[in-house]
Amino acid sequence: MQTVRVALAQIAPKLGDLESNLDLHNDAIRLARREKARVVVFPELSLTGYVLRDQVQDVALTLRDPRFKKLLRASKDADLIVGFVEEAEGHRFHNATAYLSKGRVVHVHRKLYLPTYGMFDEGRDFAAGDVIRAFKTAHGPAGMLICEDAWHPATAWILVQDGAEVLFTLSSGPTRGAKPGRGITSIPIWHELLRTTAQFQTSFVVYVNRVGYEDGLNFGGGSIAIDPFGRTLASLPSLTAGVAVAELDHEVLRRARSAYPLLRDENLELVHREVSRIRQARFQLPDPSPRRRIR
Amino acid sequence: MNRRLQVFRSSPPREPDLAIDVAATLQILEGFIKTEVSRTGLNRVVLVLSGGIDSALAAYLAVRALGRSGVVGVLMPYRTSSASSVADAESVVGALGIVAERFEISELVDVFAAKAGAIGPRRLGNVMARVRMLVLYDRSVEHDALVLGTSNKTELLLGYGTIHGDLASALNPLGDLYKTQVRELSQALSIPKAILAKPPSADLWPEQTDESDLGVTYDEVDRILALLVDARVSPGTIVAKGFRRETVLRVQRLIMRSQFKRRMPLIAKVSTRSIGWDFRYPRDWKT
Repeated sequence: MQTVRVALAQIAPKLGDLESNLDLHNDAIRLARREKARVVVFPELSLTGYVLRDQVQDVALTLRDPRFKKLLRASKDADLIVGFVEEAEGHRFHNATAYLSKGRVVHVHRKLYLPTYGMFDEGRDFAAGDVIRAFKTAHGPAGMLICEDAWHPATAWILVQDGAEVLFTLSSGPTRGAKPGRGITSIPIWHELLRTTAQFQTSFVVYVNRVGYEDGLNFGGGSIAIDPFGRTLASLPSLTAGVAVAELDHEVLRRARSAYPLLRDENLELVHREVSRIRQARFQLPDPSPRRRIR
Repeated sequence: MNRRLQVFRSSPPREPDLAIDVAATLQILEGFIKTEVSRTGLNRVVLVLSGGIDSALAAYLAVRALGRSGVVGVLMPYRTSSASSVADAESVVGALGIVAERFEISELVDVFAAKAGAIGPRRLGNVMARVRMLVLYDRSVEHDALVLGTSNKTELLLGYGTIHGDLASALNPLGDLYKTQVRELSQALSIPKAILAKPPSADLWPEQTDESDLGVTYDEVDRILALLVDARVSPGTIVAKGFRRETVLRVQRLIMRSQFKRRMPLIAKVSTRSIGWDFRYPRDWKT
């Protein structure tokens, strides 16, 4: 990768209002450009808001939608990572994020794990993605995750095995109260998870969480950029909208991957073999190599 | 025995955990009031000032969120309401410097009661709560204001409130705070001492107190609720933690029996897209 300045745009989107959210994106992009950022990262569902429910179909965009074109135009000055509802083939509606650069869509990630428990009901409203890939950007290989995806450690692991050096994580994370000594409890929990991910995967992690209120839920913010040693490069306060810029230094990545050669020593073959064995037993699949079965 | 080996005692998380971070919680609640009021296009709230701690805290939060010009307090005593309730409500008005109105409900309630016949203290209490709602919603139109609710989580869970009466509101900043947490925030905001010190009462008849109505103290019931509701601990385990079985079971029964007060009325489904089941939009629809 090359050293790159990344802006974390911690915004409060307007629920179900694409037009005003496009304006909000443009404001943040202008601010980020002034801070010399080359990539601007927005939160999960940044173009639509989170508690959409039956509005999902109303705010969904295909990648050819003219409203998407506005963002593509803006991506000529800086790369953009935005959250939106993607209407995909077969009229499947995905909670998705797109990496836009130089007027084109470089990569789309569809949220893999849709939380459908407690206060969450995404499984009712969205189709789950079933592909996870790293992709190349002008600044280096990267991967994207959306909120709950990051709580399944295999996702980050696969992205890094696939070449990613920066993991962008977009979130609309509602808070669950505040405790003495810890503040808003969800934020340190997220930071621990992200720091551990950065260290386990010796990668940069850029986390952007939204703020604002929807139907009584409040979104915590606390966006943060972490280097592969687990150090904080930039962060935003909780509950407050704003933009922060982090410089991801390729030299630091190289040093981290030299000091902790976890990626070098990863045993893909071992993981593949054991996962295949577990999968075979779990789903009662025929044994592909009975003679080589390990007893 | 190896003398160099030492045993380290650990302290696992203690349940129930009612402690809250006051500063962060206040920030959330202020932001909630401010955002939710402004997204309706208004900039003001109206609320009952009963002289109790819940409405006092709600008023303090609203002033922090909207400024004193954004809050209208309404005092609605009945002729049997205690004089100290009115004085305590006035102390909130004075301390915050907000606009306040006084609307005596005695006449309205008494006219109704005379027509309704012998309705007893319980029904009379409900009538008072609903007359206050009537006045409050009318005043909200006059002031271009939203009705701010003041029911706390303890009351909501136990069903200790009048449906379409004091439970009615547009926004409720206190609905996820137990009474003990309401007290903690109120102390932090330096709400008048007399309000903090007195026993909580619905003041529907003289000498009434919440704790005698409920048959349990707020301290105890809040700890039971935090276990039962927030942590989803089984009643058996709660009893094993030292709470009286009879109280735990009664609390569980009160929660279940009052579920109707926390939900919209049931609608009989006879179409493909029924409100509540299939027709589901956020209340903050496109705002």
